[in-house]
Amino acid sequence: MSNNQKTYWKGLEQLSNDPEFVKHADKEFPEYLPISEQSTGDNPRRDFLKLMGFGIAAASLAACEAPVRKAIPYLNKPVDIDPSVPNYYASTYVNGGDAVSVVVKTREGRPIKVEGNKYSSISMGGTNAQVEASVLSLYDKERLTGAKKGGSDIEWSTLDSEVSAKLAEIAGKGGQIRIVSNSVLSPTTKKAVGEFVAKYPTTQHVTYDAVSSYGMTEANRRSFGVSMIPSYDFSKAKAIVSIAADFLGTWISPIEFTKQYSKTRKINDHHREMSRHFQFESNFSMTGANADYRSMIKPTDEGPLVVAIYNGIAAKANQAGVSGGTVSAAHVQEAINELWAHRGASLVVAGSNDPSIQTLVNGINNMLGNYGTTISTDAPIHFRQGDDAAMAQFARDLNGGSIAATIFFNCNPAYDSAESATIASAISKAELSISTSDRMNETTSLVQYVAPDHHYLEQWNDAELKEGHYSLLQPTIAPLFKTRQAPESFLTWAGNAVEYFAYLQDNWRANFFDKQSDTSSFQTFWDKTLYDGVFELGGSKKNLSYDTSAATAAAGSIGINYKAESTQFQLALYQKVSIGDGSQANNPWLQEMPDPVTKSTWDNYLTMSQVDAREMGLKMKEGNTEVLNLTVNGETMAVPVLIQPGQAVGTLGLALGYGRTKAGRVAGNGDENMVGVNAYPLITRLDGANSYSVFAGVSVERTKESYKIAQTQTHQTYMERENVIQESTLGEYKDDTGAGRWHPKVYKDGEFVRPGTISLWKGHEYGNHHWGMTIDMNSCTGCSACTVACTAENNIPVVGKEEVLNRREMAWIRIDRYYSSEFPGGGNKQLEIAADNPEVTFQPMMCQHCNNAPCETVCPVAATTHSTEGLNQMTYNRCIGTRYCANNCPYKVRRFNWFKYHDNTQFDKNMAMNNDLGKMVLNPDVTVRSRGVMEKCTMCVQRIQAGKLTAKKESRRPVDGEIEMACASACPADALTFGDMKDPDSKISKMLKLHTVKNKKTKEEEVVVGEKRAYHVLEEINVNPNIWYFTKIRNKEKTEA
Amino acid sequence: MISKRALVRLMAVCTIVCCFAFSGPTAFAQRDAVPTDQAIIDQGKELFSSWACNTCHAVERKLVGPALAGIYDRRDMSWIYAFVKNSQKVIASGDDYAVKLYADNNNTLMPNHALKDGEIDAIMAYVLDRELNPPAAAATAVTGADGGTTGEAGIPAKYMTVIIVSLIVVLVLILVVLGLIIGVLTKYLNEKKELSEDDKEIVNQKVDLGAFFRSPGFIGLVTFIVVALGAKNVIDGLYTIGVQQGYAPKQPIAFSHKIHAGQFEIDCQYCHTGVEIAKSANIPSVNICMNCHSEVLKDSPQIQLLYAAQESGKPIEWVRVHNLPDLAYFNHSQHYKVGGIECQTCHGQIQEMEVVEQFAPLTMGWCIDCHRTTELNTKDNGYYDRLVELHNASSSKKMKVEDNGGLECAKCHY
Repeated sequence: MSNNQKTYWKGLEQLSNDPEFVKHADKEFPEYLPISEQSTGDNPRRDFLKLMGFGIAAASLAACEAPVRKAIPYLNKPVDIDPSVPNYYASTYVNGGDAVSVVVKTREGRPIKVEGNKYSSISMGGTNAQVEASVLSLYDKERLTGAKKGGSDIEWSTLDSEVSAKLAEIAGKGGQIRIVSNSVLSPTTKKAVGEFVAKYPTTQHVTYDAVSSYGMTEANRRSFGVSMIPSYDFSKAKAIVSIAADFLGTWISPIEFTKQYSKTRKINDHHREMSRHFQFESNFSMTGANADYRSMIKPTDEGPLVVAIYNGIAAKANQAGVSGGTVSAAHVQEAINELWAHRGASLVVAGSNDPSIQTLVNGINNMLGNYGTTISTDAPIHFRQGDDAAMAQFARDLNGGSIAATIFFNCNPAYDSAESATIASAISKAELSISTSDRMNETTSLVQYVAPDHHYLEQWNDAELKEGHYSLLQPTIAPLFKTRQAPESFLTWAGNAVEYFAYLQDNWRANFFDKQSDTSSFQTFWDKTLYDGVFELGGSKKNLSYDTSAATAAAGSIGINYKAESTQFQLALYQKVSIGDGSQANNPWLQEMPDPVTKSTWDNYLTMSQVDAREMGLKMKEGNTEVLNLTVNGETMAVPVLIQPGQAVGTLGLALGYGRTKAGRVAGNGDENMVGVNAYPLITRLDGANSYSVFAGVSVERTKESYKIAQTQTHQTYMERENVIQESTLGEYKDDTGAGRWHPKVYKDGEFVRPGTISLWKGHEYGNHHWGMTIDMNSCTGCSACTVACTAENNIPVVGKEEVLNRREMAWIRIDRYYSSEFPGGGNKQLEIAADNPEVTFQPMMCQHCNNAPCETVCPVAATTHSTEGLNQMTYNRCIGTRYCANNCPYKVRRFNWFKYHDNTQFDKNMAMNNDLGKMVLNPDVTVRSRGVMEKCTMCVQRIQAGKLTAKKESRRPVDGEIEMACASACPADALTFGDMKDPDSKISKMLKLHTVKNKKTKEEEVVVGEKRAYHVLEEINVNPNIWYFTKIRNKEKTEA
Repeated sequence: MISKRALVRLMAVCTIVCCFAFSGPTAFAQRDAVPTDQAIIDQGKELFSSWACNTCHAVERKLVGPALAGIYDRRDMSWIYAFVKNSQKVIASGDDYAVKLYADNNNTLMPNHALKDGEIDAIMAYVLDRELNPPAAAATAVTGADGGTTGEAGIPAKYMTVIIVSLIVVLVLILVVLGLIIGVLTKYLNEKKELSEDDKEIVNQKVDLGAFFRSPGFIGLVTFIVVALGAKNVIDGLYTIGVQQGYAPKQPIAFSHKIHAGQFEIDCQYCHTGVEIAKSANIPSVNICMNCHSEVLKDSPQIQLLYAAQESGKPIEWVRVHNLPDLAYFNHSQHYKVGGIECQTCHGQIQEMEVVEQFAPLTMGWCIDCHRTTELNTKDNGYYDRLVELHNASSSKKMKVEDNGGLECAKCHY
């Protein structure tokens, strides 16, 4: 890439070329000895010999008599279960207002893996990190084991009689009853709640969402007269403008949007078109990292920006403009031009919860004619139905003592609502308070009665994801504890003692069976729906017209509300892709998943721009940072700072979902083990809706107290960059599909030749299979679903914050995030300035399964070897832990087990391996590695072996797509493609355009890759990997490269 | 005067005679209709086990269902066809024999079998063949447990010792005789006083055993042999750590494979249901035992243990005999279904084991040896077609498991 004038860096340390960093840059681990802090210094060698001697004696004594092991078969074997044969059940992941159709893999009746359901037209088989991790939450020891009253166990019958009596008494005297919940997606549950309301007529159902989209429902009411969130189709959009909407990471329906978006980012020789994506935001979101043009704005610019775009489009459409402030931001006019050029195939979205902004966004999309193409009001999304005004009213009423009974239905408003403080203090004012949460949390610990619900993997239910798009839940395991489904509790208290499964079926028989005409037998219909997991009818046509006067009013409101005080910081609250709203905070897989952009684990922090950091004299080096006192409207909290390139100057970002006090041993119990700080109390209000931006009253102050943030970005750096990241622009790609490729040459015998032509290795003959993978960097959004999927599939331990700081995280697949910016010439100072708004490239990195693997040649015990199918195999029982292989790996993808992470109380956050309940999630086909062995991506060899065996049993070759890697099947962007390169019809062979040519010198036929975008990372060292990367192409003009 | 009793007897006799007389035309002497062709008998034998007839029927004795020997004498073939295909229908039709059969067998229905008439003929052929030529093994098993040992290949062990002892005796005798001869010759030479001094010295030289034993060469040799033998023993011993070959623990129920798999020839898969589909072959659950033992040998104290398990709801805790380490992945279906390996290859003559014992060492060396020497079972398997072609193009030897990556680490360790 000789013409590429970019420079790439992984972290600020590298950018600033800190001498300390340079000294350590080539080291995989920090300099101090890993275990030295454990030995006290008294003759460790002698102790070692003693222990060794004792160990050998003990081992040989123990080995003399093999322990008696039992083999206990079923008493009555269930027909469907064959030990060691997995079963798959279609179900639906439901958490708060989120729902995703999934397929659950069970072994011997235990769910062990959640994958996407390809039959769903919404998620289309995609998942995200939270969905992938949810299976571990099922086996969380913090779940409640039965009904509780005042913190102690009671019988369900006692609870029912006491609660029913109390409710009847309250309803009898006209006392107010409230059911508080997140968005309820299940029509049958809503019916059950309806029965409850009918029985106790003073009941009202209050719905809120931890991160609200009330601004959107309200805006649609103002614009169209209907409270709803329409469905979006990014796949049809050629121009996308997002104003602080993290639609690939956290906004409303990120899996669906990622699926759609990635379709517009796939290019090949025949299709040299892609969408152009403009992002305007203050925090550096994952979506922003994927944008072609990213502009930094302050939260107070959001309103005026929307007004500017509205006016720009209105001018082109010959419609009246509105007035509401001015803004100066880069790329606004380009965005307007692109939108107008692609009207009818463009999309504007905004992340703000301000109804005024959303009303104007509706107006823009309406003027562009996007309704009916990229936006559909026919099948509104049901994920966010929360009503901020009703919730605020509830908090006031509760505090005022006018609510006699309150039931918190699977929600945690004492933590995750804007009114959390009020609610937490006022719960005791209600005569009766009940929670149905399946685990202890901030709200559950304050109520009188707890009637714990089943986990979603244990229950029968349904969910309506969009209008007319249903998805069923079916139990994949018998309830682990004495829990009861919440709607069944409502029915019981309403006096209807019915089993919920029967109730659900009755409801489907009555309300859904007649909506189809495929079968006349309800049982057939039910079985088919259950098998498919989804039942999709589509929405209903709605003829809505945009009310232009709403736009004028909205602009007026923006003109009043959006005023920046230039001297002060502004704060933008956001959700992390991993932790989200914090409801799954006690899931260690999510806590240890590095944030896609900051690459930080186990923390939230204040993100600050480099300019502001320089002004305050703050420095950050390899995670070492400082705690700041953040004051928001008089409230002060101590938060570590993270200096983030791309953060808008004058703004700060802080993630929600942290600072849990009653989550459990992973995310915090009491004040112990607290992870991060709680940002929910910082939510403000704007135009009747919750606002996740704080425009004024924000200040920070240095404390000089140092802090370490466990980042995974600063280590594992490479030598250079153009051999790792190869990218170009669409303009160049249109002329040359090999644009952006870097072709290294090696000097040999007087000429420069391709590295592949010189080799120390003899190469491998692959007769049977030749497995490989392609990774399209143009599609990868960095969402890290693959990382969590891999953790679940391959029993990867969680090591905790301390060990991440020691650079000992164990993930087999990581997403490398590279910042890049135009090299301005001159010194580092100029580079730093250029780096204030860098471009980002995400690169999934795992074992490259090199054909000339450097690790294989250095292992003294041949524990890592090459297979006849192209895999680099790692044999744990042979490994003696010399770590030569990791030393010799140019990709730094090998992980060493520094400790025994299983059955070790020091790693009790690794809950999948440290208690009997957690261990149920382990994949029985994959070894749990012990201390002292090396491990790495195996290319899910257990899945390959199982797939081949199935094919052999059926006397056929494996069908392409039948064997799927955990990472590839999780990917919502379809960035990873696994397959057999020996199979000429496989997708991977076609993507790589594999064909045979005759070698001029050796006269032998050899298979070569014809796809010009495909390249090997570090091609010049000729390790010849089986993983191929496809160049990143940005939709920028040629000259802007 | 004919007593009433005598009259009754006479009438009974007459009735029986009449019955015989009238049943003449319906006495189904269709034995001759049963084919005797060896190929058909073999087919019948295979059908008999593949359709799991043997789980409920034996030829000579009653199991769950009646003994089959002579059925072709009792009923005609069309009845047999009808009954095998749909016994319920025959019973429902009011057929006396069928109704009685049903009642005699505790109202246990025979399941329907979609067999063709020709196939039923073949099974009958097999039954007839078994009836006429009862197998010797089964006969001995019935007559007595220790009725005879099966012939072993080579010389029996007890003869071996006799032979060795007599050989040693002969060798010692030869030694003594040689000693005597030396004595006589020395004496003779000494008496002949014609020898020179040098010759005398040679003749009369004494063997100094003490000096020999003290010589460094001897000590060195002995030390070497002792150390080498010791080391070999230690190393051999270390290699056997964890190897439980011959391990035959007492099981909670004295289940005998010899009776079930040997004597009654119940197919292994009837109980070990996972062997074709799964990694584990599966130890049968109690409900599989109950398929037969709800009727057979109900009163046996061992069978009562099954009932006790069923009632208490506590599964039976068998002692695991074959303990592969967790780090090794072994899949039964790969070897049995795809590889076509007999159960006996790894489990030994399981059908002769009263108590199951570990036959193979189950060490990695043992696995690898087999993978090196076993030919890949590629017959009629579309998966391997191209591979065989490729292999044959480059090699004249048969394709072994190792030629398809059967020695690679990640085939078993992941």
